[in-house]
Formats: sequence, structure tokens, C-alpha cells
Amino acid sequence: MFRWIVIGAACYTLLMIALVVYSVAQGSVPILSREGLNFFIGTDWNPVEGRESFGALPYIIGTLVTAGIAMAIAVPISIGIAAFISEIAPPRVGTPVSFVVELLAAIPSVVYGLWALFVFRLFMVNYIEAPIHNLLGQISIFARTPFGLDIFTAGVVLSIMIIPIITSITREIFKAIPNTQREAAYSLGATRFETVRRFLIPYGRAGILGASIIGLGRAVGETLLVTMVIGNAIGISAIPNSLFSPSQTLSSLVANEFNEAVTVTHTSALIALGATLFVLTMAINIGAQILVSRMVKVSPGARE
Amino acid sequence: MSDKSQQRRDEIQASILRTNARRRLLDKVFTIGTIGAVLAAFIPLGSILFEVIKNGAAALSAEFLTQPQGSMIYGGGGIGPAIQGTIIVVAYASLIGIPVGILTGIYLAEYAGNNRFARTVRFFNNVMTGLPSIVIGIVGYIILVVPLGGFNVTAGAVALSIIMIPIVVGVTEETLKLVPNSLREAGHSLGIPKWKVTLFITLKSAKNGVLTGIVLAVSRIAGETAPLIMTILGTDLFFQGVSNPVDALPLRIWRLSSTPYDYAHLYGWGAALVLILLILAFSVGLRFVAIERSSRARARQ
Repeated sequence: MFRWIVIGAACYTLLMIALVVYSVAQGSVPILSREGLNFFIGTDWNPVEGRESFGALPYIIGTLVTAGIAMAIAVPISIGIAAFISEIAPPRVGTPVSFVVELLAAIPSVVYGLWALFVFRLFMVNYIEAPIHNLLGQISIFARTPFGLDIFTAGVVLSIMIIPIITSITREIFKAIPNTQREAAYSLGATRFETVRRFLIPYGRAGILGASIIGLGRAVGETLLVTMVIGNAIGISAIPNSLFSPSQTLSSLVANEFNEAVTVTHTSALIALGATLFVLTMAINIGAQILVSRMVKVSPGARE
Repeated sequence: MSDKSQQRRDEIQASILRTNARRRLLDKVFTIGTIGAVLAAFIPLGSILFEVIKNGAAALSAEFLTQPQGSMIYGGGGIGPAIQGTIIVVAYASLIGIPVGILTGIYLAEYAGNNRFARTVRFFNNVMTGLPSIVIGIVGYIILVVPLGGFNVTAGAVALSIIMIPIVVGVTEETLKLVPNSLREAGHSLGIPKWKVTLFITLKSAKNGVLTGIVLAVSRIAGETAPLIMTILGTDLFFQGVSNPVDALPLRIWRLSSTPYDYAHLYGWGAALVLILLILAFSVGLRFVAIERSSRARARQ
């Protein structure tokens, strides 16, 4: 009897997954049958009735670029924090540090957004973007006059959000590396830096890559924070031509327009953006699962 | 001759010292770099907490916590409906998500072994953990908003429960697997049926881990905004029944932040402070109650 209850619960979770797939697929049918492949390669976005045109390419690019910026910042910092906690700091320093870093994950993304919009954005414009622009303005990626609501700010705040995720998995992986590796390195006279760089990082490479991909999945899917600081450009101008361009991501466009969508086509186009995001994150997550689980499978044997 | 070899030895020694100095310097740079990485995470956290407390505290008052919103230009009123709505939606979602999550975790850890069905559930469950919440909002919209003809509390709660289930399942399975087999065997040897052993012995000794999972899941959904945009919409009124729209703190923060009035921003910071305090109170409270109980139980023995 109880057996069937727990099997029922397991079926319920599978049913929810099926519902997710069914909903995004069914909801995007109208727009995909109307626009076809053009939906993915078009650059116009006009929900006005009679002049409707829905092209998702700028938002796909915006999503990938912001996530890319976030990864470029978050991965090295996360590996640094993980190395500090597990290799450098004594436990009585490392434990509180890892606790505080986890606190970053407990802050709701809308609060990050609020802070980014009213506090961090001004810091970015005055102390980071403007000096870079004044110094290197001739180079095209720094060409636009910075305003703070752009892909760079969005990417930096996203990186702060994903640091705790990547850090905690990387820390676990460093912990899972058998001590014999470290002892071997130190006995050869390696410094701590050399031990981490030449022994620990190569040993845990698959797992660290998996951790980063999980962070990437989060960065790609994050909605509110991005909506609040990315500048929300529409159509062809949402394709960033500089680090300081306003842009838009798949999820931010859905969040911005969903409640204003009145026509079936418009709603369906927004759902199809969600479907695109769904496929993108599914691919990312499945890749990460495979990498992390391979690493975890290796480590128990290696610990012996 | 001996002078020359002496000179050579000195040269080698010097070059070793040089590379050693270089390696030591690199090591120092690395250590400083990792400390820099830690600061890079600490400074934003400090800034967020500082700003939320500083700006949010200015908004707090009895009126702010209990009244519906007043004028954005002249101030007054508060975020009462949003606080009430968040509590209702999160509780409703937990009512669905926690039992299903725990039961599925029990199935995976105690009943399934490693059969194909269990592997499928486990795999999709892991993948679901990383699903963007806005996609889950679409699900709520299509299965519960469109058929019911309007934005409503149930749709929001179901969407949030989809986010919490994978978290609860994952943590429950992990902690149940840590319970030593001898405990289960002791139960079985007394002739207690398996379901009773699972619920009253295994699950009970894994209680702290499961509670941690619940705290994680509830804190996560309490701050979710994206799925609520597409399911409960937000309103200025207090709770009107589960088939009507309701307000929620994250939604309110989002809307206020995009309004260009100083009072709106003040409300926004206040709402952010209340949201963080609610999440904190819940996680500390649940742990306190749980630990309190178990220590009292121990004292009784």
C-alpha cells in the first residue's frame, strides 16, 4: 500500500516534467506554424496587430552574450574561492568563508535586481565603465557611451549570482581529491600554487567543468535581475555591438511583455521564446549532469 | 680550473635561487589572488545587505506591514497584501511540494533500488533543478490560468511546487541514504512493517537533513518572481480566494522598482527587507522548533 503511494509520488514528479514539455510545445505551435524557421533567425519584433513580426535572434544572442560575460568573471573567481577554502585557509577561516559565500545564494534574485538597479549600476558607470570608455573608446567593444543599463552590468551581476553555485561544487570536488595527490605534489617540492594548478585542477577538470556548466545554466535562465539591468532593447538594436549596449534576453523579454500580450500570436511568440530557453537549458543541464556524475563516480574509488 | 667549477656552481645556485624566488612570488600572488576572489564575493554581499537594511528600515512601520499601498507620490499605506499573498502562495505550494518531494525521495532511496524507472525519475529530477523558473511560469499559465479563465493563486502555487519538488526529492534521497542499515534491520527484526520502519525510524533519523531541504526549497520559492508574473499577476487588494489574483513580495518589489517615484523605491527597499526577514525567520524558526523538540525528547528519556 505505502509502496504504491511512494510510486505514485514518483509518477507525479514525472508527470510534472511531462506537463512542462507539453505546455511549452503546445504553446509555441501557433507562432512556429506561422513564422517557421524565421522565428529563430528573424530580427524584427513587433507585436502590433496587423504588423506582427516575431524574430528571436537578438534575444538568443543577448542571452548567450550576457551568460558568456558572467561565466568569464564567475569561473576564475569561484575556483579561487574554492582553492582558498580547501587549500589555503585553515578550517576555522575556511568554514565561515564558505558559509558566507553560500549566503549569496540565499538572496532572492529580485533583491539582487533592486540593488543592481539603484546601487551597483551607478558604481559600474562611474568607476568601471566610464574610465574604460575614456581610455579605450576607440575599440569597438568599448565604443558606446556607458549608461549602466547594459549587457556588461547584467553580466557582472549575474556572475555574482552564480559564484556560490560554482564555488560550492568546485569545493566539493577539491575535497574529493585524495590527499595522496597533494602529498605527492608537495613531496616533489611544489608550491601551493603549483599543486593546485598542476595537480588538483587537472585531476578535477571534468567536475569543475560540470560545475561551471551548471552555473551557465543558471545564468542563461535567470530572469528578473537581467530584466532590471539589461536596458530592454527590442528588435535589431537588441543585438549588442558593444559591451555597453542595452540588450534583452529570452527570459527578460517574456517577463517584460507577458502581461501586455493580448493577441494569441504574441502570447505564443513569448511562449516560444520560453521553449527556446527550455531547449537551451536542457542541453546545458544534461551536459553538466553527465560531467559531474562521471566525476562523482570516479572519486569514491579514488578515495580508497 | 677549480675556480671555474666554483664559478659554475655559483651560477647554478644563483639560478636555482632565482627560480625559487620566482616560484615563491607566484605562490604569493596566487594566495593574494584567492583572497581577492573571496573579497570579490564578500563586498557585493555586504553592500546588498547594507543597502537593504539601511533603505528598508526607513520604510518599516506598523502601517507599512499591514495596509494596502497608498500614494506613490505622497506616501502612506504599505505592503500588507504582498506579505499576506507571499505567505499564502508559499504555504499552498509547500502543501503540494513537500509531501510529494519527500515521498518521491523515499521511493528513490528505500524502494526503487536502481531500476530503470528510478533512474529516469532521478535523472529528470536533476535536470529539473536547473530549469529556468520562467519556463515553469509558462506551465502554470497553460495548465491553470488559461483553463480557469484568469490569473489565480492555485496556478502560482502549482508553478512554485514544481520548482520545490526536485530540491526536496534530491535532499531527502541523499539524507535517507546516509541512514545506517542497522537501524532499518533492527526495525524489521522486531516485525515492524516496512512502511512503518521507513516513516517512523528511517525518516525520523534523517529528519534534520530533510528539514534542511525544506528550508532550502521554501527560501528558494519565496523569492521567485518570474513564474508569478504569469500565474498570480499581482493586485492591490488583500486575498480574495484561491481562484483570484493575489499579490506577492517579489512581484511588488519588481513593479515598484520600475516606477519612477521616490516613495515607490522606498516601498521597494522595505519590501526587500521584509522578504529577507521572512525567509530568515522561517529557516531559523523551523530549525529552532525541530532542535528544540528533539532535545526535549532526549531530556524526557
